[in-house]
Amino acid sequence: MEKKLDVIGEIKKASKSVTTGIDEKDIEYWVEIYIMGKGYKVPAALTVMQAMEYAGYRFTRACGCRAGFCGACSTIYRMKGEYKLLTCMACQTRVEDGMFLVQIPFAPADKPSYDLDKESADPSIFLKYFPEIARCVSCNTCTKACPQDLEVMDYIQSALRGDFKAVAEESFDCIQCGLCAMRCPAEIVHYNVAQLGRRVYGKFLNPPEKSVEARVKEIEEGKFNKDRDNFLKVSEKEMRKLYAERVREAD
Amino acid sequence: MAELKLVGGYPEYMRKSIEAVNNTREERRNYTPPSMTAEQRTEILSKYHPDFVPGGKRKIKIGQNKGDMAPSEVTDLLEAYPLIDPKKIKLNVDYETDILIIGSGLAGLSAAILANDCGIPKEKILLATKLRVGDSNSMMAEGGTQAADRPNDNPAIHFLDAYGGGHFTNKRDVLWGLVEDAPLVIKWLENLGTMFDKNPDGYFEEKWGGGTCRKRMHACRDYTGLEELRVVRDEFRSREIPTLEFYSAIELLTDMCEDDAHKSKGSKENKVTGAVLWNMETQEYKIVRAKATIIATGGFGRLHIRGFATTNHYGATGDGLVLAYRAGAKLRDTDTVQYHPTGAAYPQQIVGLLLTEKLRSTGAQPINKTGEAFVFPLEPRDIEASSFIRECYERDNGITTPTGMRGVWLDTPRIDQINGKGYIAKSFPGMVRMFERFGIDMIKDPVLVSPTLHYQNGGIETDPKGKTNIEGLFVAGEVSGGVHGKNRLMGNSTLDCIVYGRRSGIYAAEYVNKVAKLNTPTLKHIEKYIKMLKDAKIKEERKSPILLPDYRGKATLARMVDIF
Repeated sequence: MEKKLDVIGEIKKASKSVTTGIDEKDIEYWVEIYIMGKGYKVPAALTVMQAMEYAGYRFTRACGCRAGFCGACSTIYRMKGEYKLLTCMACQTRVEDGMFLVQIPFAPADKPSYDLDKESADPSIFLKYFPEIARCVSCNTCTKACPQDLEVMDYIQSALRGDFKAVAEESFDCIQCGLCAMRCPAEIVHYNVAQLGRRVYGKFLNPPEKSVEARVKEIEEGKFNKDRDNFLKVSEKEMRKLYAERVREAD
Repeated sequence: MAELKLVGGYPEYMRKSIEAVNNTREERRNYTPPSMTAEQRTEILSKYHPDFVPGGKRKIKIGQNKGDMAPSEVTDLLEAYPLIDPKKIKLNVDYETDILIIGSGLAGLSAAILANDCGIPKEKILLATKLRVGDSNSMMAEGGTQAADRPNDNPAIHFLDAYGGGHFTNKRDVLWGLVEDAPLVIKWLENLGTMFDKNPDGYFEEKWGGGTCRKRMHACRDYTGLEELRVVRDEFRSREIPTLEFYSAIELLTDMCEDDAHKSKGSKENKVTGAVLWNMETQEYKIVRAKATIIATGGFGRLHIRGFATTNHYGATGDGLVLAYRAGAKLRDTDTVQYHPTGAAYPQQIVGLLLTEKLRSTGAQPINKTGEAFVFPLEPRDIEASSFIRECYERDNGITTPTGMRGVWLDTPRIDQINGKGYIAKSFPGMVRMFERFGIDMIKDPVLVSPTLHYQNGGIETDPKGKTNIEGLFVAGEVSGGVHGKNRLMGNSTLDCIVYGRRSGIYAAEYVNKVAKLNTPTLKHIEKYIKMLKDAKIKEERKSPILLPDYRGKATLARMVDIF
């Protein structure tokens, strides 16, 4: 006799560890972690973030995209018996037995205001808005703190030299989590320096693309208005025909 | 407390199946399974696609979309009682502003900047956001932004691609706005300093997207959304526009007239005049009175429609949809949801997160546990997703993870096999990094995937200015409905956010200049809504908006005592 398979029910059941929170009875492997010094037994296959939730925390701060893009869940930790402080993104790091954890969800750092239309790719712009970068002692603590494994100190040195391209390239994968700034003995806000560098590079050193300029002009001149007027009035049948007649450009 | 033993990032028991994939790669070098016939597609969709498998949707019982189908999780929110008792809230105004923007993804931030550009002084703009500024699905976008700017392309072709992709259900005038503004948006982003990928001649490197007949995807490596968002956010912050972070909007305010007599005299039934905000930390409410309100709160992936994992941000709980509906705004296309076939199924840490379609278009094949290629890799998203579900649950050819997820392999090493060594590292640096963090080398081993909840196709209906049917209320971005019809194409979501973020900012600025004076704000529309709920005999067991999902452990919740 064929048993009717409840596919969606099965998926729902299997997904519940990430959709409704995990059930103790499903767990085979456990580790012990310390959230701000307090010990909790948590499932071994979770991230630091999920483990904290399992333990009973509901986040307002220190939780964002949950996918490693947003930098909300900056975390500092130490392994039991060690002295070294390590950093991670809570959503992208698996829990390990003996982690002592604290989160740094907010960096009390200033961001200067600027109007890039009134600026240029003048190498002195970095020191104009971020004079503190001159205090860099090349200790490399920022680089060690970076959860994206960027060469943070290198790009600050590039900023000091006024090398926009190097700043832009070296900092491109920055998620602005703030861990570099929180560890820096010179109080540099690296990720804001990098943001300025990338914007100046993108705006002034990467000349405006020509086809988009031309197309914007055509649109402003009303070149496609007749297409618009046609699309707004023809029948669905006619639209289906137009869709079917499209020709795909070659790969 | 045994630690889980891992080999190459995977539990030991999975290695046998991984070896099967690695061992069959050479024989699969020149083999691709055939694509399905129309009949096969219809059958697999109706049997396995979450939108078609019965049981997931129900009709909305009350309000302006009464009778429309929506996912039960969404209907639950619409058929829920407000968080606040309208009679107990004192409506003394804390903030008086011209334009209130709710949400700070690409849509909200673009709206603020453009309203400012259109002459609204920064002091007369207020942006409120539930989490930090920029916390949004926008920053998680990988693939790119569509814009028809190459000589062999034009907005009309872009329009047709999106209209067919939306199964001919898109609102045409709104879609035209999207494609017409697209090149302008790219130019705007470039002028703000966005680093788009360019070839050595200075032209954009434009790539294919599913369902398009031209290459028009503008990317920033594989961090497109992050790059666009952080540039726009930096501009927003530089303008020092007043911002309230960690403030959720929990209701809109209206100056709704109580009696029908007013209506018959021709006065507007209601007008949105601001919102009730709630401090996520101190739990205190604030009243914002605004001449125009722009809802840019994003989608609802964190409702986990049908119990699916999601690619979405922690805050994607559909709040704006609920607020606008209670104020009388019309919704549309609420019956479809986009599932992406390749969400990560393992490791646990990244379950549901997106693995871009580009992996398959450059050679990665879906493979079952025995090492067999079981489906054409580039079926439309819904078909591909359904075939994965069938492989795992009907044919039992999936791989089960330690937490019970079933998935199939995506044979990523085949990308280098086809395109040459080094191609993966060069084209997918973000993805390689993500797997590396969990000890998995996607250049050497396949990755495990299963379908994931991705996008809210429908939403609050707008016109080409971002205006809703309610005076004073504008919407932009994923929370809106109409522009994508019943299915969105890749590359049109970041575009939608910026086009309609900008337009709502521009037209809200135009609108507020015509508003002379606001009446005293009320929550009459909430009282009316509560009455509708009661009349429909809906029990007071649910409240909305939910603001954030709850993933706390069951064992802890069971022992929780609320005494402090």
